[in-house]
Amino acid sequence: MITKAHIDVKQDAKSNNQPIIKIRNLRKAFGDNVVLNGFNLELYEGENLVIMGKSGSGKSVMIKCLIGLMQADSGYIEIMGKDLLSLNQVELDKLRTEIGFLFQGSALYDSMTVRENLEFPLRRHKHKFGPIEDTTPLVEEALKNVGLLDAIDLMPAELSGGMKRRIALARTLILKPKIILYDEPTSGLDPITSKEIIELMRNIQREYRTSSLIITHDVDCARVVAERMILLVDGINYAEGTYNELASSEDEKIKAFFKQ
Amino acid sequence: MFGSSSIERLLIEIGDITYFAKRFFKEVFTKPFEFKEFLRQCYNIGNRSLFLVGITAFIIGLVITLQTRPTLQEFGAVSWMPSMVSISIVREIGPVIIALTFAGRIASGIGAELGSMRVTEQIDAMEVSGTNPFKYLVITRILAATLMLPILVILGDAIALYGSYIIENIKGDVSFRLYFNKALNALAFGDIVPATIKTFFFGFAIGLVGCYKGFNCKKGTVGVGLAANSAVVFASMLLFILDFIAVFITDIFFEI
Repeated sequence: MITKAHIDVKQDAKSNNQPIIKIRNLRKAFGDNVVLNGFNLELYEGENLVIMGKSGSGKSVMIKCLIGLMQADSGYIEIMGKDLLSLNQVELDKLRTEIGFLFQGSALYDSMTVRENLEFPLRRHKHKFGPIEDTTPLVEEALKNVGLLDAIDLMPAELSGGMKRRIALARTLILKPKIILYDEPTSGLDPITSKEIIELMRNIQREYRTSSLIITHDVDCARVVAERMILLVDGINYAEGTYNELASSEDEKIKAFFKQ
Repeated sequence: MFGSSSIERLLIEIGDITYFAKRFFKEVFTKPFEFKEFLRQCYNIGNRSLFLVGITAFIIGLVITLQTRPTLQEFGAVSWMPSMVSISIVREIGPVIIALTFAGRIASGIGAELGSMRVTEQIDAMEVSGTNPFKYLVITRILAATLMLPILVILGDAIALYGSYIIENIKGDVSFRLYFNKALNALAFGDIVPATIKTFFFGFAIGLVGCYKGFNCKKGTVGVGLAANSAVVFASMLLFILDFIAVFITDIFFEI
């Protein structure tokens, strides 16, 4: 449960810190369909920021622009003080080791075991932890954190949806990122598994002290994890505030969203 | 027959494949090299096609000999059978039929595999984890297809000749040594080398088309089926075009 005192601490952190992610005036269109129309965002260290919006409101496009999987038409993206658009591939790959990304469909590599899935990001970035020969302790630690150490030698096809999501989370944790981006972390899961994933997200934030940007349309997920929320409507920040502030808003569009 | 939009789409597709090939040549010589994955793909692609290629080649050898024998017998030229079969298999039938079988097996397999990785965001996950998916998935597969097809064709040619020998042995009581002596003596440098060189191009084309279709797969799971299907169709069409060019060039240099 997030207390008011907790929020106050975060707001103090905001006033003292530089944002770890800064997005200014982001625009992206697919032909005549304008998806992002001047979107702005600031994520602070240790903060859990939830971006909510209806399906097709541009949340996933925004997060893909943020990680460099998609090129924005215009705008400015700064991550940990670095201008994303000015980075070359090597610099971008290095920056990506500080960012974990949990994909909507887990995106585990079908042809690899759970162990190989977790070892895969370490192939290029082992140097981050100094000279290590054996990656097993790192893999086991990440799997322990999601409670699935026993699944180490299973193939993704042998896992349930919730287990896949947990393994994907372990894979994002293996490089010990400073920021984790969650793209619909609870979509397609039953309510009990969703609660487990949400609890896991909170534990990870406590243990790894990560900053989290969570894209979701699941109001329950937002209520539990959000310290601050942005409502994305028609490609712009329609509203911003804590969950309670937005949930008690009298604005028709915001009310309609929370009623859903 | 063709609407202007289908011609436009075809030209756009050819342009896109050309860019894809350009990217391959640009990135194939730059570090990091995914050697382990390349070897894994060589094993997968070569091993996966071996049985099919072997069976196809064996049957081709049997059928050509059975079909041609009565005609040669009519002209009293049955002793030319080993030479005729070896030249036709090594020069043309072996490379083309085996490449078509390989295209059906490998281009569709690569198209479906990469297509499914694309729609389930596995390729994006790879990119986010700091691995260049083009190098890891595309370059390794194209190189493996380019190197494995010539080996499969050489093996397939040998198996086809063996199939032909079996028929000759049954019908004409020809010994193994006599058959292969005649078959190999009939082959010249100009038969073997151009035929082998063109199989590298066939392998490259099959790998390239399979990877292009899979890597650029769209429209969700329906797109995966389309990618696999169109990879085989496009690769087969490209094989015949390349074969015509290869035969044309061979004709200039070796006067076949």
